[in-house]
Amino acid sequence: MKNDLILDIKNLRVIYQTDLETVEAINGIDLKINKGKTLGLVGETGAGKTTTALSIMRLLPEKTGKILSGEIHFDRQELLKLSPLEMRKVRGNRIAMVFQDPMTSLNPVMTVREQIAEAIKLHNANLSNDEVDQRVETALSMVGILPSRKNEYPHQFSGGMKQRVVIAMALVCEPDLLIADEPTTALDVTIQAQVLMMIRELRDRIGTSMLMITHDLGIVAKICDDVAVMYAGQIVESGTVFDLFTGEKRHPYTQGLFDSIPSLNTRSNRLKPIQGLMPDPSNLPKGCCFAPRCQHCMDICINERPKQVIEGTHTLLCHLFADSSAAPAPQEGE
Amino acid sequence: MSQATVQTPDKIVFKKQSQAKEVWRRYKKNKGAVIGLVLFSFILILLAGANFIVPYSAATKGVFSQINQPPSSEHLFGTDSYGRDVFARVLYGGRTSLMVALLATASSCLIGSTLGAIAGYFGGRVDGVIMRSLDIFMSIPDILFTMAVVFALGANFQNLLIALTLAYFTNYVRLVRSQVLNLAEQDYVEAAKAGGSGSTRIILTHILPNAMGVIIVNTTLNVAKIILYESTLSFLGLGMPPPAPAWGLMLAEAREFMRAAPHLMFFPAVAIVVSASSINLIGDGLRDALDPKLKS
Repeated sequence: MKNDLILDIKNLRVIYQTDLETVEAINGIDLKINKGKTLGLVGETGAGKTTTALSIMRLLPEKTGKILSGEIHFDRQELLKLSPLEMRKVRGNRIAMVFQDPMTSLNPVMTVREQIAEAIKLHNANLSNDEVDQRVETALSMVGILPSRKNEYPHQFSGGMKQRVVIAMALVCEPDLLIADEPTTALDVTIQAQVLMMIRELRDRIGTSMLMITHDLGIVAKICDDVAVMYAGQIVESGTVFDLFTGEKRHPYTQGLFDSIPSLNTRSNRLKPIQGLMPDPSNLPKGCCFAPRCQHCMDICINERPKQVIEGTHTLLCHLFADSSAAPAPQEGE
Repeated sequence: MSQATVQTPDKIVFKKQSQAKEVWRRYKKNKGAVIGLVLFSFILILLAGANFIVPYSAATKGVFSQINQPPSSEHLFGTDSYGRDVFARVLYGGRTSLMVALLATASSCLIGSTLGAIAGYFGGRVDGVIMRSLDIFMSIPDILFTMAVVFALGANFQNLLIALTLAYFTNYVRLVRSQVLNLAEQDYVEAAKAGGSGSTRIILTHILPNAMGVIIVNTTLNVAKIILYESTLSFLGLGMPPPAPAWGLMLAEAREFMRAAPHLMFFPAVAIVVSASSINLIGDGLRDALDPKLKS
């Protein structure tokens, strides 16, 4: 069981510290990804999803970002203990990352071929130029781009094509773990579907594990095996996709996320958002972070941090389920 | 929808062109740049072939019976106050002046860009040390600073180069640093880090090429500036030691005879103006030709 884990994060705490304030970005999260599986990390803007990804890559802003405690095990290596040089060998080669905005994540003055070739050469110094070229062409056709376009510059490609190039760059070294940070957010819906399908297909072909960061539950349902819902730097609920979508118990925040998806079947004039805003991460509430917005808020929620409730593969961080026999399951959105 | 890859029509044939050809194709479109290149090549050929046109001795040894002669068929640009052939002096002086200008620009650009890139990229204490030392250099007026260096080391070609480099590299440090500060925040730099690139590689392949446009334009402007600056130094008697010819020195010497023999001033001045402006034109064209976004 243990050996099946590709990524195991334990009690990770990250803060951003400036002279003015300390932002508690991640407050003790645990994440596990099995080999070949995809974990979806869901949450609204500012929940700490990207910070989690940057912590794994050890690319937090040097001056402000600090990892206070925790362990990140990646395939029997403890990433937080690696030297910068060792970490560089992991980046791109064993863990690759796809960023949110393809428009800006390609270098405008380098041709697509040069950029993919760079990714290859960084980790395979002994390849000849012909071999590198060969692999560039393979990578491009893998993501559905005509290899004859390799000498073009990023601005000559459309947004969807650029994201394909970015994905080709990430996958060209066949990494063990791919971190996709909202890879389709900047694309329009039809292209989103194409790119998602392509990511899924390539993941299955290469056998890469994946951390899919998104705020879209639809994407989670489509391509993830497991899900973790993040709120204010904590994992409030995690489990298999099945646990989350059809499980009896649901964290009120997850419920809120589901409710805010506009439905085609029911007639309603307004969307149903979760009321309120995420708490200021430099000044988190004493009790449950979601309490101020929660419809099921109790006295204990305001004063005490909730403990994790574990039921098989499903874990919840909520007082509602603390005594699982007594707690009522939250009702479907009222 | 469920199809994973998009079929791209494979009938379209994309023109394959090498990078250099592509740059040249775009460079050619700019008429001014082409004129600049032609003029500058012409000047370079003239200067390189000076030995075949007039002997060096004509530029240094004068004939006393022929002082301040106006241009004639024998002396194309006339003669100066020592009876030396001005045409020969413009040619051989150009060698020194352009050489000093080009070399001083190249070295100040190299040193300045390197320091600026390091300061901007690493920031923090490194940045502090570099920028504060720079403040020391900049707190002394350029001309005073160069004078001090030349006085201390003595006036010759090599020391002139050192003095001009020291006077001009500060511009590049500040220019490149500001560019790097901005470019280092770009997503593709973050992406390159995530791909496992080291700092050196990121600076050299991702940051500096994106700052190239600004650096090139500044460099070509600088060549022209240094030609003029070298003239200023010569004018003050701190340039190349006589009788070796240099454009600035010729201007300085011609000052006394401005009324009697204006051609003494005219020809070296034209030489300076023409070479400086042709270099500027080239720089302008290069900047546009190297920017892939303008590719049509």
